[in-house]
Amino acid sequence: MPHGTFARFIWPSFLAMILFIALPIVSVAMQSFFVEHEQVMREVENCGPFTCTTVLQVDVEATEALKADAPLGRYNGLGTYTNRGHLAFDEVSEIWAASESFGGFIAGVYNLPFYKALFFTLAYTFVVTPLVIVLGLLIALGVNRLPKVTKGPTIFASLLPMIVTPLIGGLILFWMVDADGIIGATLQIIFDDPDLSLKASAPLTWIMLMVYGVWHSTPFAFVVFYAGLQTVPTDTLEAAKIDGASRFQQVRYVIVPYMMPLLVFITLMQLMDNFRVLEPIVSFSAEAKARSLSWIIYNDLSGQDKLFGSAAATSMLTIFGVAILLTPVLIKTWRDFNRRAV
Amino acid sequence: MASTASKSPRLLTWFTTSMIIFWLMIAIGPFVWTVWGSFKVQGDFFSKADWRNAIYGFYTLSETGGSFTGNGYYGAWIQEEFWRNVLNTTIVVVCTVIISLTLGTLGGYALARSGYRYAFWLLIAALVFRAMPHITLVSGYLLPFFEWNIWGRLSTTIVVLVAINQPFTLWMLHSFFLNIPKDMDESAMVDGCTRFQAFWHVIIPVMWPGVITTGLFSFLLAYNDFAITSMLLSSENQTMVPKIASFLTQIREQGNVMFAVSAVVSAMVPLFFLVLFFQRQIVSGLTAGAVKG
Repeated sequence: MPHGTFARFIWPSFLAMILFIALPIVSVAMQSFFVEHEQVMREVENCGPFTCTTVLQVDVEATEALKADAPLGRYNGLGTYTNRGHLAFDEVSEIWAASESFGGFIAGVYNLPFYKALFFTLAYTFVVTPLVIVLGLLIALGVNRLPKVTKGPTIFASLLPMIVTPLIGGLILFWMVDADGIIGATLQIIFDDPDLSLKASAPLTWIMLMVYGVWHSTPFAFVVFYAGLQTVPTDTLEAAKIDGASRFQQVRYVIVPYMMPLLVFITLMQLMDNFRVLEPIVSFSAEAKARSLSWIIYNDLSGQDKLFGSAAATSMLTIFGVAILLTPVLIKTWRDFNRRAV
Repeated sequence: MASTASKSPRLLTWFTTSMIIFWLMIAIGPFVWTVWGSFKVQGDFFSKADWRNAIYGFYTLSETGGSFTGNGYYGAWIQEEFWRNVLNTTIVVVCTVIISLTLGTLGGYALARSGYRYAFWLLIAALVFRAMPHITLVSGYLLPFFEWNIWGRLSTTIVVLVAINQPFTLWMLHSFFLNIPKDMDESAMVDGCTRFQAFWHVIIPVMWPGVITTGLFSFLLAYNDFAITSMLLSSENQTMVPKIASFLTQIREQGNVMFAVSAVVSAMVPLFFLVLFFQRQIVSGLTAGAVKG
């Protein structure tokens, strides 16, 4: 297709992506160098019946005027990145100096808000993704063995956790594990502990969120693997069987290698989606025990005073994280592409 | 063909069947439980004392005189005016799907037929854009949108959702277009069609399955979105999902959990029917990206 025709077909879509995905990233980068204006203070004389005192008061008008004048705020350079709420260089070096063991250092750093969120996000991503892949493959293998009549309804039911709105799916599970809900109350009876609450302890909250993540994403892996299973060449499988491969060996040495591209695809999608985890934390009201990077940005932006600078700095760091996650994939694509070109 | 080699030991059959049954209970149980419970009063929905109350509706019977009650739905839809949010969601979702499919088919067709290096790199760029967490983009939008005074409107949200949908839509439609033989549009062009006429009169008629599948996923993305709709819409323009999120804060103050439960069930119903009618398309769509791309 000639360049001109290509351009004529692609421009609306291209323009939309430039305007609303590429430029916002530039806008985020800009905003991250600025912070909110300080409030303009004014001395006011307060006269009671006996004495007069001067107090400092916020000059609302002047502050508003300043905000309208320079909506970005005042220039702060890399100050937002290095402050306590983000990379916290000063605090980290203090902790490094003060702590005697490496474990103590990690524990100290873990108490800083950004690192705490980063830690949760990474833990969530790298626990949920492998579990989703393993469970998805197991369910796909199981469903593949079912009699034909039951396959359709099984797939229908399996799709629901993935299709449902994440916030809604989270809420449904949350109400069930609530101390008064069916699962929560049952757990209390099983462990014979009437005060047991999944919300009150940090490890249980983490487990709950990860269980939600697995519940929500397993159908995706299942469907992709299931479709892949339909295309596994029967000759190769038969040959393996004749050579005496056990069932496990068939799966391990024939089916899994054959589905490797699918596995890479699922891993990539899951890494992207799990890294942005936000909704379950909102619907489980888990912010006291578990915060993700997305959640801190959401929190900065949804307050009464919108902390654009802080949110933008966290966003830039998050985008940096995504870039690191994607690098292996991009390098592989680059190599494949060059090999094909040669 | 069932040869002796593919016959399975009974133990394995037993194991896989019970695993699938267990999975089905986990997958669908929470939905059944919540839908059933939404017709009860709060005392039954959260039935700590005896879980059977949730099934038979012990408190529902004593409080309302019947085993089922629509009070939650009345409260959500009429009292809290949830129907407004349903209307907003309908507007947003329909517009988003139509616009993103229009842009996406044009772009996806160009990418599938170009053959030049830059088409490949555009697809890679789209993949990188697809990986951007939505909330980071929102923090880029918010300040400019406030400044230009376009924050809070449905139209702004629609445009943003369309743009965010594009990377995914392009990838999916591109892989569907690759399945359509090049000869079709080329022979149409030999017969005197322009490129656009060939696209419109020859390719699109055979592309409908792909367009419908992609449309389903655009629908899901717009319908299920939380990060963008909750940050970019003013409270009177809220769609269903942010409204449900704001019910959560209300619950803490007033304690009407059943409103939120009914709203959640109401928002689930369209998705349920979507899977019921389009199961095949959803499955083919999920695998289209994987197998070919």
